[in-house]
Amino acid sequence: MVQLCCPWCGPRPGNEFSCGGTTGIARPPLECSDEEWARYLFLRQNPKGEHAERWRHGYGCGQWFNVLRDTVSHEVRAVYGIAEPRPGAGSSP
Amino acid sequence: MSGYRLAAPAGAWIDRNRPLRFSFDGRPVQGFAGDTVASALLAGGHAMVARSTKLHRPRGVFACGPEEPNALLDVGLHGERTPNTRATEIDAAEGLVCRPGNAWPGLKLDIAALNARYAALLPAGFYYKTFMKPHWHLYEPVIRALAGTGRAADAPDPARYDAVSRQVELLVIGGGAAGTQAALDAARAGAQVLLLEASPQLAAADALRDAGVECHTRCTVFGLYDHGLAAAAQGVGGAVRERLWTIRARRTIVATGAFERPMLFPDNDRPGVMLAGAVEQYARRYGVACGRRIVVATACDSGYRTAQALVAAGIDVAAIVDARERSGAEAPAGVAVHRASTIVAVAGKRAVQGVTIAPQAGGARHEIEADCIASAGGWTPAVNLYSMAGGKLRWVAESSMFVPATELPGITTVGACAGDFGAAHSPGVVPADHRPSRAALASLGRKPGKVFVDLQADVSAGDVALAAREGYRSVEHLKRYTTTGMATDQGKTSNVNALVLMGAQTKRTPDQVGTTRFRPPFKPVTLNTIAGGRSGERFKPLKRMPGHAWHAARGAAMEEFGGWLRPAAYPRAGEDLVTAAEREALQVRTEVGVFEGSPLGKIEVIGPDAAGFLDLMYVGTMSTLAVGGARYGLLLNENGVIFDDGIVGRLGPEHFLVNTTSGGAERVALAFEEWLQCEYGDHRVLVAPVTSAWGNVTVSGPKAWQLLQAAGFDAALAPAAMKHMTLRECSYGGVAMRVLRASFCGELGYEINLPAPHTQALLDRLWVVGQGLGVAPYGVEALMIMRTEKGFLHVGGDTDGTTLPGDVGMDRGIAAKAANFVGRRSLLRPAARDPRRMQLVGLLPRDGRTRLPVGGHMAASRPPAPIEGFVTSSHHSPVLGHPVALGMLANGRARIGEAVTVWHLGRAIEAEVAKTPFYDPAGERLHGLG
Repeated sequence: MVQLCCPWCGPRPGNEFSCGGTTGIARPPLECSDEEWARYLFLRQNPKGEHAERWRHGYGCGQWFNVLRDTVSHEVRAVYGIAEPRPGAGSSP
Repeated sequence: MSGYRLAAPAGAWIDRNRPLRFSFDGRPVQGFAGDTVASALLAGGHAMVARSTKLHRPRGVFACGPEEPNALLDVGLHGERTPNTRATEIDAAEGLVCRPGNAWPGLKLDIAALNARYAALLPAGFYYKTFMKPHWHLYEPVIRALAGTGRAADAPDPARYDAVSRQVELLVIGGGAAGTQAALDAARAGAQVLLLEASPQLAAADALRDAGVECHTRCTVFGLYDHGLAAAAQGVGGAVRERLWTIRARRTIVATGAFERPMLFPDNDRPGVMLAGAVEQYARRYGVACGRRIVVATACDSGYRTAQALVAAGIDVAAIVDARERSGAEAPAGVAVHRASTIVAVAGKRAVQGVTIAPQAGGARHEIEADCIASAGGWTPAVNLYSMAGGKLRWVAESSMFVPATELPGITTVGACAGDFGAAHSPGVVPADHRPSRAALASLGRKPGKVFVDLQADVSAGDVALAAREGYRSVEHLKRYTTTGMATDQGKTSNVNALVLMGAQTKRTPDQVGTTRFRPPFKPVTLNTIAGGRSGERFKPLKRMPGHAWHAARGAAMEEFGGWLRPAAYPRAGEDLVTAAEREALQVRTEVGVFEGSPLGKIEVIGPDAAGFLDLMYVGTMSTLAVGGARYGLLLNENGVIFDDGIVGRLGPEHFLVNTTSGGAERVALAFEEWLQCEYGDHRVLVAPVTSAWGNVTVSGPKAWQLLQAAGFDAALAPAAMKHMTLRECSYGGVAMRVLRASFCGELGYEINLPAPHTQALLDRLWVVGQGLGVAPYGVEALMIMRTEKGFLHVGGDTDGTTLPGDVGMDRGIAAKAANFVGRRSLLRPAARDPRRMQLVGLLPRDGRTRLPVGGHMAASRPPAPIEGFVTSSHHSPVLGHPVALGMLANGRARIGEAVTVWHLGRAIEAEVAKTPFYDPAGERLHGLG
């Protein structure tokens, strides 16, 4: 079980949180094509390594936030606000 | 082997003033407080205590700790029985009942022992080779039954279990010399230290407590997980049988020591062959001599230490047989040492009677009379926890060990488990020239006698050689093909020997063969321990309504509905649930009924953007509601699938009361929050789930207002003044209430929301006042009958994970709706607009009598055939006098009046597609005009 550092409550055990999957997926407008909508609904990257995902501190403050986590080592690289950009995203190629 | 109890004061852990008796395999065994079942059995001279898993060969106690591969017992009776438990870890206790887990009908006469006769036919992989034609599944049940060890409990476990969760600065795992030193150093430097020791005794307990270290014994850490999490199982005794620990530590020091590795020689599984360190521990801890004449077979110096200790304890050591030419340790005076020699044969089947030894270089054989062989083949650092935490291992050729390769973040290994045997309390020195496989390799191909590598999985050196010959070179293949290391002991004494052998067979070093990563648990843990007391009713406690006692007093039959304990019906004497529900439904249709709807989800949505937010959430438009108005709405997920429904009422311009289904209260609030926080962060809205703060008393029936009027409710609530689907705030008896005129049963209905603690008082008041009006309580079953009569949708009953709004006839107005809403885009997909989609329709049996079975499928011919639909709701309607049903049917709304066949368990029932509602199609009754 991982330990996450909730931005509001501090370090807490993983079973207080629930994972909401990949974060920062732009929701296409109503006018988008069926293909684009299907991509939004069903297609995910599932990377081996760094993954930006959203978590909710359900048995705590109830707030959603973003986590940059290594899916192999489970190392948490960063915790950031739900509306904030992925750290280091601007500099990566 | 004929073990016996040494004279006092031998045995530091036992209390000779407290003798006890327990039963093993139906025979009485004597022991003392502090004994394990294994030590008492050894003291009583019980050589054979079990049969092996596959070949059912006689086996004796082999080790003195959790690595025990042989002595697996079923402990306790009935619900308390725990199968497959190591005798070395069971405390001997007065009246304890235990039996061998793998012998039927008994140890001495074991029918499956015939396997041993045909051992040549049962080599590695024989299951896969022999039982493939025509199909493995034909053989599997019999093989599984034969392969099983132990019998599971046949009743619920009456014992109590509990769980603790801790956060600590430093966790030290293991209270041996290295762990104790690490704990003392850290505590003296001011750290908060928790030390867990698996055995019942902690040598330095006083010093540790003086230094402020919190210590617990009988507490085995069985897993190391992410981010410093450790899990441990503790045998408690007394009121609590076992306790689960979950510990989050900033730093963890693993000091789990090392396991001794057995020597490999023919018939090295005979009862009486034991690990040398175990023979020594039985003497020290329990005052037990494991035999009258002991031969030490060794390939390292620790065998000499064992011999020294045994001689000092007054036990006769016949000889030391050393595989090496030189040793760095002294033999005890008077004990013969045979260098560069190995055991080539063991006499005795059910107990060791003697050994034959021979020089490795060849030469004269030599027989020695002995009843116990102490086997010292070197040491295997207990890197299990380190490996679980993700640590990589490094092979040290000079001492034939895998040791931790690197430090892990927050995890340090110390002492023997780090490969460091240099401390003062060292269990033994592993010399540079140690080669545990040499003897085994030398003996390969010699007859008779099997050289066992893995005692518990019955894997021999020959099996490993066969796997190598057949090309199973990878460690993963070796493990799966031979099953070595796969038994409940996870190869604690066998893994390294198997890897060394495989390496020798394929001309590779053991690190080239590689190791498999260890997995939790370190040793078997009972499911009840993992549950930690959260079993039975405590697994998922049911919620109780505020009026629970009132319903119980009315004779309610309680059932679980969506996590709540609710009245299904209130059966009178002689009534079953269905009869009672039908009587209650009729009573509501003709008089008045009282129903508690407190579990109904209640969420307040407040803020300047509340109306716009609800427009985004619901299929319908909520922003156009007038204050005091209420509207039914469907909630969809992003796939356009219906996931909840309910009524939304407007309490103020920026204040809404959202009702959800009883089961959906939590997931709707969660969905609102997720959308609000993650997608619509600019909306100024507060979502406040208030389900348990408010009780709900629903009054339904033609006399509903009469009852409320008689109870003294405000005349503003009268049907003439308050329209259907409106919401009023009122005060009753000084308590502020919210009253919604709505109806799920089709009669005049009031849903009175009130502070939960007042629920019971209102139920009481309505009950007293309503006696003259024919009031009756009604349960969930009666409500389901009535809503089916009305054709009202039950989300989760009539709908499933594919149902779209159009499928249930609720897509009116979607095209014209201005706002986007969750799921809208998915409704535009071609599949969502397919005219062949299933639609919700009414169904009536042709004969007017047969209740259509829920789940029955509609098909033109006997299934297997294309399915056109299925029945989702079905009841006998007491007010109509015939059964009514709802179902999903392909293109159903265009087929009203058509005949369909419902198939159920091979039976065909003729039915007709019908329009809903079945009852009061004009909907006049809900205005109180009926």
